[in-house]
Amino acid sequence: MSEPKHEALGLERDQLLSMFKTMLTARKIDERMWLLNRAGKIPFVISCQGQEAAQIGAVTALNTEEDYILPYYRDLGMVLHFGMTIQDLMMSGFARSEDPNSGGRQMPGHFGSKKHRIVTGSSPVTTQVPHAVGFALAGKIKRENFICLTSFGEGSANQGDFHEAANFAGVHDLPVIFLCENNKYAISVPVDRQLSCERVSDRAQGYGMPGETVDGNDPLAVYEVVKKAAERAREGSGPSLIETVSYRLTAHSSDDDDRSYRGREEVEEARQKDGIVTFAKYLKEHDLLSEDEEKDMHNSIQKEIDKATDLAESAAYAEVETTFNHVYDA
Amino acid sequence: MTTTAINTKKMTMIQGVRDAMHEMLKEHDDVMILGEDVGVNGGVFRATEGLYEEFGEDRVIDTPISESGIIGNSIGLAVNGFRPIAEMQFLGFIYPAFNQLMTHATRLRQRSMGRFTVPLVVRAPYGAGVRAPEIHSDSVEALFTQMPGIKVVVPSNAYDAKGLLIASIDDPDPVLFLEPMRCYRSSRTEVPDGKYNVEIGKASVLKEGDDISVFTWGAMVIDTMKAVEKLEAKKNVSCEVIDLRTLYPLDKETIAASVQKTGRAAIIHEAPATGGVSNDVISLINDTSFLYLRAPIQRVAGFDTPVPVYSLEQEYLPSTEKIQTAILHAVDF
Ligand SMILES: Cc1ncc(C[n+]2csc(CCOP(=O)(O)OP(=O)(O)O)c2C)c(N)n1
Ligand SMILES: [Mg+2]
Repeated sequence: MSEPKHEALGLERDQLLSMFKTMLTARKIDERMWLLNRAGKIPFVISCQGQEAAQIGAVTALNTEEDYILPYYRDLGMVLHFGMTIQDLMMSGFARSEDPNSGGRQMPGHFGSKKHRIVTGSSPVTTQVPHAVGFALAGKIKRENFICLTSFGEGSANQGDFHEAANFAGVHDLPVIFLCENNKYAISVPVDRQLSCERVSDRAQGYGMPGETVDGNDPLAVYEVVKKAAERAREGSGPSLIETVSYRLTAHSSDDDDRSYRGREEVEEARQKDGIVTFAKYLKEHDLLSEDEEKDMHNSIQKEIDKATDLAESAAYAEVETTFNHVYDA
Repeated sequence: MTTTAINTKKMTMIQGVRDAMHEMLKEHDDVMILGEDVGVNGGVFRATEGLYEEFGEDRVIDTPISESGIIGNSIGLAVNGFRPIAEMQFLGFIYPAFNQLMTHATRLRQRSMGRFTVPLVVRAPYGAGVRAPEIHSDSVEALFTQMPGIKVVVPSNAYDAKGLLIASIDDPDPVLFLEPMRCYRSSRTEVPDGKYNVEIGKASVLKEGDDISVFTWGAMVIDTMKAVEKLEAKKNVSCEVIDLRTLYPLDKETIAASVQKTGRAAIIHEAPATGGVSNDVISLINDTSFLYLRAPIQRVAGFDTPVPVYSLEQEYLPSTEKIQTAILHAVDF
């Protein structure tokens, strides 16, 4: 029998369990957000569900003390890994003043935290992608050794911003990882109405960088390719484009009803391949996680989420006067 | 070319928008729709519901996410004989296409001496007050009123929405058709079946009055009417309320006639005060009616900041109290 994948990758048991725990935490926070939304307590949810494995696989290959991420709205898993807490995310969901992203100014899912090396982004899709390139160029000029990972959906890979950013990064051999989280839909529009090439990663060639498509439900597979891209970036060989393929398990957002454009069987089929389920199975098969440990993990995460929900719900909104803050320096 | 309409139906503004597109797609083979999620999904606000099923994927096109592409391609279609209706999912996502609007849609006619023209309509939901996220709530109409070559239209009810959208599609020049999200389902009005026009460039006097002319548009019509009704119930003041409906070109005659009658004016809009369309209205009053004024022109607008998210947006928006205070300030001056 061949060596288990995680061993070939040099991943230890605690790393694997920590990966699983972060995936599970992201999922459970997201599930809580939906409940709160349906109860009328928070106005908006945009989900990570179905993409946690890709997200955690990717960031596990980065150095959280050195590298930067410029994520998009589904990257709950990534920002948890980079140090945001459940409480931070709940404050953001409730738009409270203690929300560390923006003091309750932005929609949930619009992450930003200087101390966690998460560069702030906004709603218009793909706008973060050229920022990653400029951020990396600054690092190269200052001879700093970090790399930038920026992520976006496959639909967003059709914006000019993606193409302009990728081209610049390719020309200047910048340490950027372009991570396209292909979840098969851009709101209601399926991939074949979005792209005329088969894979987003096919576009890499046009920008002078390697491109790879990988199973986004398998965190180890994603880790492997991102690790390779990170090494390439760190040694000055330039950017990479990685496409993770999984599925958006929820509606696009709490304002969307996906029944109008996709069948339930399709969603059910995707659920069978859900990275949270398949990774748990992998860990158990390799005696890295027991049923009891899994149950404990669920319980302890749930408790923390309950606590954070209560705290955030009773926290204050920003004061009205703060509307005028930070528009200018003074 | 208004045809007499026989039947009317009560509908919401979003239904009025849909009705206009349905009518025009049905009657004119050169009309088509392009946008994100406008096809199978029927639009994120359901403005294009059922149109894909009825008219097919060649006339109702689900585009990739790329606003510059949507508007740029629509310009090409328009130049070559079609009348595209391009949907921006939200006005806040129009910026990638700003280049196409500013450098082409608005100028093709002039630089080709009228040989190439752009009969394009760009529809875009906008405005605060629906608990929408950042960028989705801004009112940036003034960015476009300073773009000679495009008309800017803002309905506030179903009747105007349908008639103005039909007029916009029939217009030989580009029209930015702004749809205040807060008006989408806030009221129902009687809407005639079939085709009818509401003329672009004509304001609508919603309520006649003697003491002050209150100018507004979009979702602020709701708050202004509420403020005025309440105020008139408790104070001896008579307000004229005018829904401008078209922000470029402004209806000079209606604005001037009203101010010359009342001698006072207030302008209410949710966009930031600086650079807002209120300034054009003030200039127009200055040019036409200065000597009729009995009080300084009042203005209630948003702050010079981004629209805050839902927890604070009510503080940002002109409230009925702020509107009433402004009116009384002018009347008691
Ligand atoms: C410039 C811009 N246009 C439109 C939108 C509205 N919008 C938000 S998400 C989305 C779909 C994005 O699809 P994809 O890139 O595949 O990411 P996913 O949501 O599937 O993760 C759209 C059209 C937007 N946010 N920004
Ligand atoms: Mg997608």
